[in-house]
Amino acid sequence: MKILVCISQAPDTTSRIAFTDEGKTFDSSGVQYIVNPYDEWYALVRGIELKEAHGGTVTTMTVGGAVCDPVIRKALAIGADDAVRMDAEPTDAMQTAQLIASYAKDQAFDLILCGKETIDHNGSMVPAMIAEMLDWPFVALATHLEVEGNAATLKREAAGGIEHVKVNLPLVLSAAKGMAEQRIPNMRGIMSARSKALNVEQADGTAMSAVRQFSLPPEKGACKIIPADQAEELIRLLREEAKAI
Amino acid sequence: MSVLAIVPLNNGRPTKGGLEAASYAAAFAKDQGLEAIALVAGSIQTDGDLGATGVVRVLQCSDELTDSSQWTRLAAAAAQECGAKTVVLTHDHTGRAIGPRLAVRLNAGMVSGVTALPQAGAVRKNVFSGKAMADVEVSSEVVVYSVTPNAFGVRDGGSPAAVTAFSAEVGDAREQVTGFDPASADGQTPLPEAELVVSAGRGLKGPENWGIVEDLAKALGATTACSRPVSDIGWRPHHEHVGQTGITIRPNLYIAAGISGAIQHLAGVNQSKVIVVVNTDPEAPFFKAADYGIVGDAFEVLPRLTAAIKALDA
Repeated sequence: MKILVCISQAPDTTSRIAFTDEGKTFDSSGVQYIVNPYDEWYALVRGIELKEAHGGTVTTMTVGGAVCDPVIRKALAIGADDAVRMDAEPTDAMQTAQLIASYAKDQAFDLILCGKETIDHNGSMVPAMIAEMLDWPFVALATHLEVEGNAATLKREAAGGIEHVKVNLPLVLSAAKGMAEQRIPNMRGIMSARSKALNVEQADGTAMSAVRQFSLPPEKGACKIIPADQAEELIRLLREEAKAI
Repeated sequence: MSVLAIVPLNNGRPTKGGLEAASYAAAFAKDQGLEAIALVAGSIQTDGDLGATGVVRVLQCSDELTDSSQWTRLAAAAAQECGAKTVVLTHDHTGRAIGPRLAVRLNAGMVSGVTALPQAGAVRKNVFSGKAMADVEVSSEVVVYSVTPNAFGVRDGGSPAAVTAFSAEVGDAREQVTGFDPASADGQTPLPEAELVVSAGRGLKGPENWGIVEDLAKALGATTACSRPVSDIGWRPHHEHVGQTGITIRPNLYIAAGISGAIQHLAGVNQSKVIVVVNTDPEAPFFKAADYGIVGDAFEVLPRLTAAIKALDA
């Protein structure tokens, strides 16, 4: 089985978010970058598990500059076989998807696994865009994936529950919580990651949107503390003051 | 020219997210002097309450579709038929599957998870998991938006809409649905759509103690949620995990008991309109993000709240 896992770098989940250049640019000073959690914990780990069960290869795909190489090495340390980096600085999901699809279309992958969204732009668009560009089926928010021969059985988030789905390969999916458990790379993985191939490719893509301005949410007012023995008062405030219930 | 809303159905009724997409499309159309049209696949009663949101016409495809590429073809054909330059979906599992595919097919720029109508050529969405907002501008002629659940709301007051049959060549289904597990037996509103949410964390000490959380949720008509540690150790199901790596929600009311308020948890809930925190530790960081707080033991406070709500309703 030939598997492509799309991984993106994202600011560590504890990062303080700030902007420079009058809100035009994300302030990356002091920010630690990690593999986007949905890509790493769910998509990448499930890809590696399937390779371990069925044989095959796991290639990671990242769109970005050389600044992404440390998180790509982390993915290789977790167990991917090799990596591709499309050398570009895309401004939107359409451009990112075009770069990925232009690489994937000639590579005969059976599965393209993506995280459900990145934790910086929260777009959740690239996976389905790749599927449409390749004219492949797509399963959004998958929480479970098994592959038997050419057939994939999946579970996905749906209205009020989990839907069971059957799809033939090749397939693109976006992975949500439940798909796999996080893996910590071991020393052998970290050592071997250094010598695995990280191929840098070029392609064209055209953006159709861009962020004009970032801003931060307004500060919360002070928290109103209600004594624990007057908890009933909270209900009155929620109804009469906050009008929330 | 028109604005097209893609409205998913559940048990023969538009989903709340679908009604929000229709409301957004109608409000945007009104601003632009256009008319809003809704597209549904499956059977609905009369106009499915879509006219009330402000759409003037409902295009109804009689086949229920679950396959994202079939939906995409249907929606693309509908957009062409009504000359829509703007297509609106809900940013849930349906919008995430169909919206981006449709954007590719229509050669349209897409902005997902928008929270307000476009203003001065840009549209606002949340980024960094709710820690910031971005105003995004689209350069293409056709635009696809998906609307964050609970951000724009369902509008009413419009007149009944005309329903017309619509069909298109959608190709074969490649995704075959074989089963369904409901998230809860008691018909709770799904978390992304819930207006009231009661959530609890490790402070509850064990899964056997969740009765007080469920009782409060039931009294309020709220949906239950939990913090990440609690779902990771298996006290509660994964689909209840709200936070940066779980579900992001923006209910009218979020009550958190026994959750300290780590930055990753706040990212998933800080767009809630009113936040209530119950915690024994007065230094818990969550109080800084809360509107109302009770420093106290959840085991005593939650039953008191439940009783107070029941007394109010009695």
